Amino acid sequence: MNKPKTTKAKPAPAPGIKFSIDGRECLARAGQTILEAAKDNGIYIPSLCAYDGLKPAGSCRICTVRVGGRHQAACTFPVSDGMSVESAVPDLEDMRKAVVEMLFVEGNHMCPTCEKSGNCELQALAYRFQMLVPRFPYLFPKKDVEPAGTKLLMEQNRCVKCLRCARGIRTADNKAVFGSLHRSRKKKMFVDLGLASALSERWARTAMDRCPVGCILRKEVGFAVPIGRRKYDQAPIGSDIEKPRS
Amino acid sequence: MSKPVIATASLAGCFGCHMSILDIDERILQLVELVEFNKSPVDDIKTITKPVDVGLIEGGCCNSENVEVLRSFRKNCKVLISLGECAIMGGLPAMRNGIPIRECLEEAYYRSPTIDPSDARIMPNDEDLPIILDKVYPNHEIVPVDYYLPGCPPSADLIWKALVALLEGKPLDLSYGLLKFD
Ligand code: SF4
Ligand code: SF4
Ligand code: SF4
Ligand code: FES
Repeated sequence: MNKPKTTKAKPAPAPGIKFSIDGRECLARAGQTILEAAKDNGIYIPSLCAYDGLKPAGSCRICTVRVGGRHQAACTFPVSDGMSVESAVPDLEDMRKAVVEMLFVEGNHMCPTCEKSGNCELQALAYRFQMLVPRFPYLFPKKDVEPAGTKLLMEQNRCVKCLRCARGIRTADNKAVFGSLHRSRKKKMFVDLGLASALSERWARTAMDRCPVGCILRKEVGFAVPIGRRKYDQAPIGSDIEKPRS
Repeated sequence: MSKPVIATASLAGCFGCHMSILDIDERILQLVELVEFNKSPVDDIKTITKPVDVGLIEGGCCNSENVEVLRSFRKNCKVLISLGECAIMGGLPAMRNGIPIRECLEEAYYRSPTIDPSDARIMPNDEDLPIILDKVYPNHEIVPVDYYLPGCPPSADLIWKALVALLEGKPLDLSYGLLKFD
């Protein structure tokens, strides 16, 4: 059976660490990242590349918070006792929105044609941040739809290089199915066609579901859930985590 | 006080956004009471004849005529709104961005499946035709735009709420679900 590479489930020690997010008292367990601890305390820190159970990549920087006056990625930075974290403050929120806007202009995001629309985390972040138009000029880069074996397609126009696929989709004998090529602006995800074809039906679906955007697509499915019943049609991303301030 | 004047135009769009304007249903009667329409496909007035308060533009710019219409709107409208995905980011027509223009035209006029191979290859090239731009441009990359109403098309509710907010001089309350890119 295929098994994704995940961080080993740690035995859960009692939450003995006291820290705060935006002045709100929180409890955390040793070894937790700020993002994980925030979630346990009912606080949503917007994130994109982070995925429960996968080793954090710290690649998108949407989860940027301020600790001791310095910017840190909440998904990689460990909590410590007495730490005070700034998150929902105007300059950080605007920076997160700017990153989302950058991702929109760096790819070609034609939401009306996209199989993931309504279930897409990038789009959901844009809705949450009320992005009406990106502040940057559209780049309209030349990218292609590429074959990804017998079951999958890669719509490179939509990839946000979150590396979730590279981190989380492996074969039964633990070979990575996805990887990245080049660096910086030339960075691009690629797929091993043979390994991708050999993925079980379930893991092909998992690859599609873990991709936060409409880049990895299962062939011959899509638009299955009607408008109005998709993941982010009714409530903003993160609203399942957020608890109102008491 | 005279009624606020509204003008609308469809550039590189499919008229879906205009259909959504009509989709405000019976509120259209209220709208006709509240405002006066100038140039618009809705009333078939072809050119702007007086100063306009709110201009709504559907579609982005794919040819020289689109640019002319957009510039005349900017000149004559106090507030200019990009209505819908095509106006905001080029939308479906912008899927040709990145493909050389000659290739696009040859695909349409030489290689399209409906072309009879025995016919002569004709590429339309008349001076009366607008010139096709190198790519499809979002409107705000051609002239300054004041507001954006996303969606394909933007919902009738969003259009209605935005117009009412503008006419009443109040900020638009974007409650969750009004903002959609599809
Ligand atoms: S991946 Fe998301 S943001 Fe990109 S086109 Fe699809 S729905 Fe829109
Ligand atoms: S293909 Fe999807 S999961 Fe992989 S890096 Fe791109 S956006 Fe992330
Ligand atoms: S945004 Fe959608 S409905 Fe409006 S003109 Fe473009 S394709 Fe048509
Ligand atoms: S979620 Fe932390 S860097 Fe992407």
